[in-house]
Amino acid sequence: MSTSRSRPKKTDRIIYRRPLSLVDRPTHFCPGCGHGTAHKLIAEVLDTLKIREKTIGVAPVGCAVMAYYYLNCDISEAAHGRTPAVATGIKRCLPDRIVFSYQGDGDLAAIGMAETIHAANRGENITVVFVNNSVYGMTGGQMAPTTLNGQKTATSPCGRDSRSMGTPIRICELLNTLDSPWHIERVALDGPAGIRKARKALLTAFKGQMEGKGYSLIEILSPCPIHMRLTPRDAVRFIKEGMIPAFPLGVFRKEGKPVT
Amino acid sequence: MKARTYTVRIDRNRCKGCELCISVCPRQVLELSGEINPRGYHFTRAANPSSCIGCANCSDMCPDTAIELREEMNRHA
Repeated sequence: MSTSRSRPKKTDRIIYRRPLSLVDRPTHFCPGCGHGTAHKLIAEVLDTLKIREKTIGVAPVGCAVMAYYYLNCDISEAAHGRTPAVATGIKRCLPDRIVFSYQGDGDLAAIGMAETIHAANRGENITVVFVNNSVYGMTGGQMAPTTLNGQKTATSPCGRDSRSMGTPIRICELLNTLDSPWHIERVALDGPAGIRKARKALLTAFKGQMEGKGYSLIEILSPCPIHMRLTPRDAVRFIKEGMIPAFPLGVFRKEGKPVT
Repeated sequence: MKARTYTVRIDRNRCKGCELCISVCPRQVLELSGEINPRGYHFTRAANPSSCIGCANCSDMCPDTAIELREEMNRHA
């Protein structure tokens, strides 16, 4: 039995314990992968808002496809990139449920770009959790739309060349040109402070959905040590020094209005 | 007199030895164990638990949610 479930003494105060919305099961993710952290933050938010029983998640294709193994709420699985479309359907049929989609950058920014933009443009009352790790993780580290200029991947072995492969797509900035989204924010899992900010951002997004405010997207810059070809520590440093300059952090849209 | 002590519990079966917790600990409480868990990873252990200040950096950083942190009040310490 796991030690994390043992009962505390009366004088103890629990500073941190595993959230109840997370299934008691070790994850399949690689050591240092940011998906585990993102799952944990979502579970903490579901616990804080006490909405686990009425939350429905939609899992993508990619490394996070097994979210249904780890998050202890109802989860549907969508075809590659079609997560916002499935989430739209669920939310429209069951408007009293909290619906979120959990997507990686290959899923959201490549094959699912059309669904993403149109769901945002319709202002669907859903929350999109976008985990951006700058590569396709599950299929072996190929170049994604969010791969940085010069970053080496399996399909850009000499580094991404912007002349033939384009430049990284900034989803938050792109969606911020639309009129309908309610909240758009970019956070990074680059350290404990970044993780606390990410938790706060997710809390804002889920709370907004509960109040029927509309579409929210939280982009989480996340490490993928294996495909960034770095140790977990260096992958976190890479987020700080490589990804944040290319994907500036901050709130892009607040209360339905662009933040200038 | 009250004194606070902090307990870091690490689920050794869940830990994958990524060392992110070790890198963010301001008091060098944690270190990587030489032992290996059933899944084949070296796991983190609390080497200097008495130095812990309960900042929760490690438990926030852990991608595998293997760390539990408690504060204990010792009334006669």
